[in-house]
Amino acid sequence: MMFLVAIIAIVVTMLMILVRALLGPTVYDRILAINLFGTKTVLFVAVLGFLNGRPEFLDLGLIYALINFIGTVTVLKFMQYGDLGWEAASKEKPDV
Amino acid sequence: MTTDIALNIVLLSFMAIVGLAIARLRNLFPVAMLTGLYSLLSASLFTLLDAVDVALTEAAVGAGVTTVLFLATFGLTRAREKPVPRSRTLIGLAVTALTGAVLVYASLDMPHFGAADTPVQEHPLRDRYLNQMSEEIDVPNAVTAVLGSYRGYDTLGEVVVVFTAGIGVLMLLGVAWHRPRKPGKREQ
Repeated sequence: MMFLVAIIAIVVTMLMILVRALLGPTVYDRILAINLFGTKTVLFVAVLGFLNGRPEFLDLGLIYALINFIGTVTVLKFMQYGDLGWEAASKEKPDV
Repeated sequence: MTTDIALNIVLLSFMAIVGLAIARLRNLFPVAMLTGLYSLLSASLFTLLDAVDVALTEAAVGAGVTTVLFLATFGLTRAREKPVPRSRTLIGLAVTALTGAVLVYASLDMPHFGAADTPVQEHPLRDRYLNQMSEEIDVPNAVTAVLGSYRGYDTLGEVVVVFTAGIGVLMLLGVAWHRPRKPGKREQ
């Protein structure tokens, strides 16, 4: 029952994020929405494992989290440099 | 199982909404991100259908690599779709509808979801795989055992094909010589 409520809540949140990703006035709204949607996918997979009584697939959620991170970093890097930064890498200042 | 069916319906309708939005957008930068979202949705759907290995591939290829590839392509070309004349749109619509109809027609031949009398359930090899796998291969997962050992040559062939394709693409692209663009140019 608890997992059922959790998964319904996740699906409702997914719907709200989807609205923001589709409407999103600026491109940053979309980036944030899609990053959040990836997080919701991780939660969805995790809760689904417990809902179906097979929580072994939690590591699938871990992989999703990593992929989501790479995707967001790529999009933001492209936004910043208009490129994936092959040549810019030698000129730009370090991040920290 | 009503929960599963309801979740299936919800995820499929989300996918339909995202697909329609992708078709409607003309700026390709949000499209690249929405395809990432689409493949996250389909990965969730595959997880729901207990096809975890497919879900993993879909998430890695669809949400990860494809988004990066799209963005890398936008670095080389423009991120805006050219307007298409109406007549060509109609041709495209007709071709899409026809292909969809053929696919739906082909799917009528497929066994129902979870049917007990499919070749997958009845073929004698299935018992062999499931019962003797632990002695013969000693891998806990049946799919891994089939892919990695029973059908090892097939998998080797696939890997060779993918490797060749990768080398071919690298040889075509060569070293990236192009200049970086000015920062902060990308706005909707």
